[in-house]
Amino acid sequence: MVNVSQIGNDLYTGKRSIDFIGRQKRWYAFSAVLIALAMIGIFARGLNFGIEFRGGSEFRLTGVTDTSGYEERARAAIAQSGIGGNVLSTVIGGTSVRVQSEAAGERNEAAKTALAQTFGVDPTTISASLIGPSWGQSVSEKAIQALIVFLLLVSLVMAIYFRTWKMAVAGLVALVHDLVVTVGIYALFGFEITPSSMIGFLTILGYSLYDTVVVFDKVRENTAEAVGSRRYSYAQAANLAVNQTLVRSINTTVVALLPILAILIVGFTKLGPGTLLDLSLALFVGIAVGAYSSIFIATPLLVDLRRGEPALLELEKHATKLQAREAELSRSTPRHTGAQDGPGKQTRARGTATTILADAPAADGQEPDAHELGAPQDDEPQRDALGRPVHKWAATGPRNQPKRPPRSRR
Amino acid sequence: MARNPRTRGARRTLWVLLALVAVLFAGIGAAHRWGTAELTPKLGLDLEGGTQMVLEPVLADPTAPISAGQLDKARDIIAQRVDSNGVAEAEVTTQGGRNIVISIPGTPDARTLNQIRKPSQLRFRPVLLTGPGIPVTDPGATSTSTDGATATSAPTATTPKPVFTMDPPATSAPATTNNAIVPPALAAQTTPPTDPATTGATGATGESTATAPSTASPAPTDASDFAWITQEIQTEFAQLDCSKAGAVNDFVDEPTRALVTCSTDRSEKYILGPVELDGTDIEDATSGYQLSANGQPTTIVEVRLDFTDVGATKFTNVTSRLFALKASDETRNRFAIVLDKQVISAPSTNAVIANGQASITGQFTIESARELAQQLKFGALPMSFTLQTQDDISPTLGKEQLALGLLAGFFGLLLVVAYSMVQYRMLGLVTVASLVVAAVGAYGVLTLLGWSHNVRLTMAGVTGVIVSIGVTADSFIVYFERIRDEVREGRPLVTAVDAGWSRAKRTILAADAVNLLAAVVLYLLAASNVRGFAFTLGVMTLIDLAVVVLFTHPLVSILAHTRFFGGGHRLSGLDPERLGAKVRYVGRGRFSAPAVQADGRA
Repeated sequence: MVNVSQIGNDLYTGKRSIDFIGRQKRWYAFSAVLIALAMIGIFARGLNFGIEFRGGSEFRLTGVTDTSGYEERARAAIAQSGIGGNVLSTVIGGTSVRVQSEAAGERNEAAKTALAQTFGVDPTTISASLIGPSWGQSVSEKAIQALIVFLLLVSLVMAIYFRTWKMAVAGLVALVHDLVVTVGIYALFGFEITPSSMIGFLTILGYSLYDTVVVFDKVRENTAEAVGSRRYSYAQAANLAVNQTLVRSINTTVVALLPILAILIVGFTKLGPGTLLDLSLALFVGIAVGAYSSIFIATPLLVDLRRGEPALLELEKHATKLQAREAELSRSTPRHTGAQDGPGKQTRARGTATTILADAPAADGQEPDAHELGAPQDDEPQRDALGRPVHKWAATGPRNQPKRPPRSRR
Repeated sequence: MARNPRTRGARRTLWVLLALVAVLFAGIGAAHRWGTAELTPKLGLDLEGGTQMVLEPVLADPTAPISAGQLDKARDIIAQRVDSNGVAEAEVTTQGGRNIVISIPGTPDARTLNQIRKPSQLRFRPVLLTGPGIPVTDPGATSTSTDGATATSAPTATTPKPVFTMDPPATSAPATTNNAIVPPALAAQTTPPTDPATTGATGATGESTATAPSTASPAPTDASDFAWITQEIQTEFAQLDCSKAGAVNDFVDEPTRALVTCSTDRSEKYILGPVELDGTDIEDATSGYQLSANGQPTTIVEVRLDFTDVGATKFTNVTSRLFALKASDETRNRFAIVLDKQVISAPSTNAVIANGQASITGQFTIESARELAQQLKFGALPMSFTLQTQDDISPTLGKEQLALGLLAGFFGLLLVVAYSMVQYRMLGLVTVASLVVAAVGAYGVLTLLGWSHNVRLTMAGVTGVIVSIGVTADSFIVYFERIRDEVREGRPLVTAVDAGWSRAKRTILAADAVNLLAAVVLYLLAASNVRGFAFTLGVMTLIDLAVVVLFTHPLVSILAHTRFFGGGHRLSGLDPERLGAKVRYVGRGRFSAPAVQADGRA
C-alpha cells in the first residue's frame, strides 16, 4: 500500500516535489481548455433551467404502487383537469412519480384530484408546487446581486487579510474559474439548474476561497522565510508551500466531499430532484474544481503576478547564486552528495541533483533546517560503542556545529 | 488521568465547554418546562407538511419599486387577512426586501388562499347602518350590551370613536376637544343593538331604516341614501357574525354598490354605501399631537390626512353632505375607511372639510394613531399580490424527505469518520468525538433558536448541516496536519501541539470567517427557501469554531501528555517515525535517531 503519510512527509521536506509553479503553462492550458469547454457548453448547448425559472406546476405523488405507463396516465390526468401544454413525468425511487406541467393556477386542486384517482393515492399525500412565471427572474436577479456583493466583500476581505492585492486577484481569478467551470459542467451534462443549485454555486465561492486561503497562508509563511533567509526564490518557496499543503488540501477536499457524496447517493436513488440533490450536486462539482484551482491556478498565478517585482527578482538572483555555489560546494565535498533537498527541486530523491527546473536553476540548498537534520547520508553512519547509529552532528560530540562556509565564500 | 499541572488550562477549557453545553440544554429544559419550547428543532413546512406561498406585492404602477415600508405594510395586510381567516399558526414574513412568505401548516382550502392573496384596496364609504359585531342572542341584554360596546371600544385603540375635523383645527376646535374627551355619540351607542333578525334591525334603528328596505327606492339619490340597502344586503347584514373566521370573505367589494362588513377588531358591523373616495385620493397621512390654535402641541393625538386636489373636492362634497346629517342621524354622519373590505376606522364628521386637510381625533394612543396613519398612507398605493410560488407539501413526503436526509447525514458522518481513522489512526477518534460534540451543540442551538426566534429546519437546512460536517472536519484536519508538520520538524508532541495550534488557529479563523461571510451574504440575499441552508451553514461554522477552540485543542493537548500519544505509538497517528521525523533532540545533548531508515524512503 502506498503510504500516504510517507508521501506527505516527502512532500513536506521537499524530498518528493511536484513542480506546480514551474509547469504553470500546462495548468493554465488545461484550465483554458476547461473554460473553453464550459463556454461551449453554456453558449452552444445552453443551460437546462428548472421549472422554477420557467414557471409551471410540479406534482409529487408518493407511495404509488403501480407506475406502469405512468407517462400516459399522468398526461391524461393533467389533460382531464384542464391544463394544457406539455406534461413531463418521471419515476423516482420506484414508488414516487413526479409530474411537471404548465402552471396549474386555479386548477391546482382539480389536477391533484385527477392525479390521485389515476394513480390510486390519497389526494392529501400529493405535494404540489406552483411557480409563477416571474419567480425565476427574481431568483436570478437575487443570485446575481448576491454574487456581486459576495465578490466585492471577498476581495475586500482578501485584500485586508493578505495585505497584497496580487494575492486577492489570484484568489479571485481562481474563484471565477471555479464558477465558470462548474456552470459549464452543468451545461455540458445537462444538469437542471434550480434556485437551490444557484445557492450551491454561491456556496462554492466560499469553499474555493477557503482552499485558497489555506494554501496562500502557507505560501505567505514560506515566502516570508525565504525573503528573510534569502536562500530560495519566491517561486521555489511558493512551490514548497503548495507541496506542503498538498496532503492537507487533499484531505480537506475528500472530507468535504464525503458527506456530499452520501447525499448524492441517497438523493439519486431515493429522493429524486429537490433541494437536497440540487444543492449537493453543485457543491460536489464546485468543491472538486475549487481544490484543483487553488493548487494549480491560484498559486502559479500569484507567482506570475509577482514575478516582475524588483525585490523578488533580486531575491531570485541571490538565491540562484547561493544555490549554484552550494551545489558546487556539495559536489566538491563528498559528505554532502545530494543528500539534502532544498525546496522545489528534483522530483527524484537522491544522486540526481542535476535535475534542474526552468525557474529554479540551482540544484541544492545545503541548509540546516530542522527537518533536514536527519537526511540520509550515503556514507556509512558512525556507530557508537554499542553499535547504534550515531547522528552526524552527534558523532563528534554535542558541541560540533554544522559547518557553514565562511562569509567570504557565501 | 493524573492531575498533570501542565494540562490544567486545557482541563479548565473542557469544563467551560461542558458548562456551556449544560447551560444550553438547561435553557431548553427550562423553556420546555415553563415555556412553549419543544425538545426537538422546529421543522419547516417542507418537512412537516403544509403550504407555503411566496407573494410579491405589486403597485398599481408595476414598474415602481416597493419600499421597505410598503413591504412591511403589505406584510401587515397579509397577516391581517390570515388572522381574519382564522388560520392557526400561520407565519407571514418578508424576504429579501421584495417578497412576502406565508407559511401555513396543514392544507388550507383554495378559497382561503385566494382570500389571502387578493389585491389590497383602501376605500372610503359612508356608513349607512351599524350593529355590534357579535350578534346578541338575548333580547333583554339591550342596555348591557350598549355599555359593553362602549366599554370594549374605549380602551382598544383600533376602534376609537374618531371624528373628522378640519386641519388646522382652529375652525372646529371646540368640537374636536369635546369629541376627544367625550367620544362622539355613535349609532351603536344611541340606538339599541340590533338583533340579528331582520325585524330586530328594522325596529331598532329608527323609522328611516325601517322604511328604507321596504320602499327599496330603485334610484338612490346620494351615497348615504338608505335606498342602497336592498333586501339582500339587509339579510346579509342580519346574518353576519363578525366573530367567525372569514366572515366577510363571501361579500363582493363592488365600488358602486353597498357593502356589508365588519371592523377589523370585529366589534362592529356595518352596511356601507358605495365608494366615494379611494386610496389614490390620499396625498399623505401623518400622526402626532394636535397643535392648538396658537401652535402649541396639545395632548390630543390626531391623524392628519392630506387629500389630493381631486380628493379634496370629493371630500368636500362628502363632508358637507355628512355634516348636514349630523343632527338628524349620528350613524350616517360617519365616514368609514375600508381596507380590504374591513373597516379600519369610521370617524364621525364634525365639519365640512373644504381645504383637503382632515384630522381624525378620538381615543388614539400615539401608536394606534401611527398605525392608522400608515395604513392610510400605504393604502394610497393600491397593491396587488402576484403569486410567485406555492408549495403544498404533504406530511408523508416531508417525513420521507427528513428520514432520507438524516440517513444521508448518517452515512456522510460514517464516511468522514472512516476516512479520518485511516488517515489519523487514533487521532481520528478525536475527530469523531469533536463531531459528536458539534452535533450535540447544533441540536441544542437549533432547538433553542426554534423556540426563541422561530427558526425552522427545512430540507435546505438539513443539507447545510450535512455539508457542514465536512467543513467542521476540515478544521480538524488543518489542525492535525499542522501538528504533524511540527512533529516532522522534530518537536516533541507536547510542544508540537502548542506550536501547531498557534499556526492552525490563524488558518481556521480565516477559513471560518470566509464561510461565515458567505453564509451571511447568502442569508441576506437568498430569494427562496434555501435561506435555511445559509442559516445552518452559518450556525455550524460558529459551532465549529467553538468546538475546535473549546474541545479539540484542549483534548489533543491533554492527550499529548499520555503515553500512547506522547510516546508516539504506531497507531496514535502522531508517530514521529512514520511522520519522518528521523531525528529528535531528546535532551542532554543526545538525539534519538532510529536505526530503521532505509525502508522509510522508497
